[in-house]
Amino acid sequence: MPANRFNGYTDYGIGIGLRVPHYQHILTRKPVVDWFEIISENFMIDGGRPLRILDQILEQYKVVQHGVSMYFGSAQRADREHLRRLKDLVKRTKTPWLSDHLCWGSVDGRYTHDLLPMPYTFEAARLTAQKVREVRDYLEIPIAVENVSSYAEFHVSEMTEWEFLNEVVERADCGILLDVNNIYVSSQNHNFNPLDYVNSIPAERVAQIHIAGHSKYRKYILDTHDHPVIDPVWKLYDRAIQRAGHTATLLEWDDSIPTFKEVHDEALKADKFLASSVLATAV
Amino acid sequence: MKLLALQRTMARAVMQPLSRSEHMQEKAPGGGKMRAYASRFIKPNDRLTSFERLEIYNRQYWFRLLSALGEDFPGLRSVLGEKQFDAMCKAYIVDCPSTSFTLRNLGSKMESWLRAHPKWAGKKLALALDIARLEWADIEAFDNESKPALRTEDLAAADAETLKLELQCYVRLLDLAYPVDDLLLAVRKEDDTDFASNAFSEKRKKKHVRAVAKLDPQAIYLVVHRIDNSVYFRRITPEEFAVLAALSKGKPLAKALDAAFRKSKMPLEEHAAAVQKYFQTWATLGWFCRPQQKKAASA
Repeated sequence: MPANRFNGYTDYGIGIGLRVPHYQHILTRKPVVDWFEIISENFMIDGGRPLRILDQILEQYKVVQHGVSMYFGSAQRADREHLRRLKDLVKRTKTPWLSDHLCWGSVDGRYTHDLLPMPYTFEAARLTAQKVREVRDYLEIPIAVENVSSYAEFHVSEMTEWEFLNEVVERADCGILLDVNNIYVSSQNHNFNPLDYVNSIPAERVAQIHIAGHSKYRKYILDTHDHPVIDPVWKLYDRAIQRAGHTATLLEWDDSIPTFKEVHDEALKADKFLASSVLATAV
Repeated sequence: MKLLALQRTMARAVMQPLSRSEHMQEKAPGGGKMRAYASRFIKPNDRLTSFERLEIYNRQYWFRLLSALGEDFPGLRSVLGEKQFDAMCKAYIVDCPSTSFTLRNLGSKMESWLRAHPKWAGKKLALALDIARLEWADIEAFDNESKPALRTEDLAAADAETLKLELQCYVRLLDLAYPVDDLLLAVRKEDDTDFASNAFSEKRKKKHVRAVAKLDPQAIYLVVHRIDNSVYFRRITPEEFAVLAALSKGKPLAKALDAAFRKSKMPLEEHAAAVQKYFQTWATLGWFCRPQQKKAASA
């Protein structure tokens, strides 16, 4: 099940996000890492150091692109300049699949630079799926949509978040980047059982899994990517792996970034869950 | 509520400026109470009201964008002072919200906006405009496109009367009234080493303010450029600036040279040697693009 049409029939292991504080370590020490995930927007530029670093990384490592501002859920059409630059980058990285979020963030040409939550309506599912298809057709690459952490729900919603996710991916015929930390964060913010979410997604569409840490406040949890992964999230990950099989997994750590070794060691904790899924398959 | 209408409603609230205490305003966009506005489309839960849930996004929006401008304009912050810079950035974001998929472009209108809204800089307007120009040029020099550089052989059959030379996109020319290159380097150095206690940091901030206050006007001509993917500031003479500025506007080389030396005090007999030296330096630094081959006309 791991290699499927939504991740370009690849069988990637455990990766980490490529972040500036680790550039020097990676380029000089050349640590063994299965793959790196890059934030596409950081490299959708015309020249200079970021692209030079990326080219050096590409010489040694597998890279997968992850975006933060395609806004599949924004009601208006995708920005053509964004798509053109994204396609140029796809050609450069040869990413086997590309992910971005199931959210919105721009309207009338103004960008919030945030991952704003969707109303879970059939209209939104239809429009979002249509945009995913348009982007995939333009980029000519498999797309996986990622569930986001959210802090608000809408009166107009007609279904649960996981039903909405299923509706979008079935209509768009695309993959899922399942973020189990985001499921946990949203479950705490919106009072649902996170296992219901993990048990409801179409496992055969999972192209990749994200794990991360978060910050707990008095009345809500914020998805900050600045802590190690907590046990309840590892349990969700375990369940996701049981359902989806050995899946490309990535640890996100974006703030208060520790040493490369600390981040990589945290990511490698996923190994024992992946190993058990391989054993289960063998039995 | 339809998707587009809901997104417009939420975006208006998210992008509305925060209160002085950095919370969501009680007044809704367009008038009325924000609590009623939020509850029209956002559900409350057992811990948070609709207002509080919307406020999380409202605050994140402002903190994220203000932080981006703070990172891009540390020199301007140092010129205006923390509080004034913060207030100015809030006004800037209201007038010039992000219209790009990348935050890299958020500050692109800073200089022109500040010029149109001089009250934010008061008596420091000229200095503030100079540092804002330099900081935006620095961003452009960092990641603008690099084309193949001009080689000597590209000029073999060139005629100065018609030859047009194109500057690399990452080469930015600035004529400045203040030596803000020194100021920005000093600000960065202090930011880099600002790792000690709060008391020590406060001391540094005061030193900053003193440095800015002492900065006397001094006309300089600056090129912000890139070598081996690092950005550098290079001061040049007025003549050099005039040649480069004319070339960047598309003037042929002969006209660019005429313009450069028309007002120059340099003795005529030194012009040829000076021009030769300029071009040697600029070619070494790779500032000019190789001319594009004209496509043969189709039959």
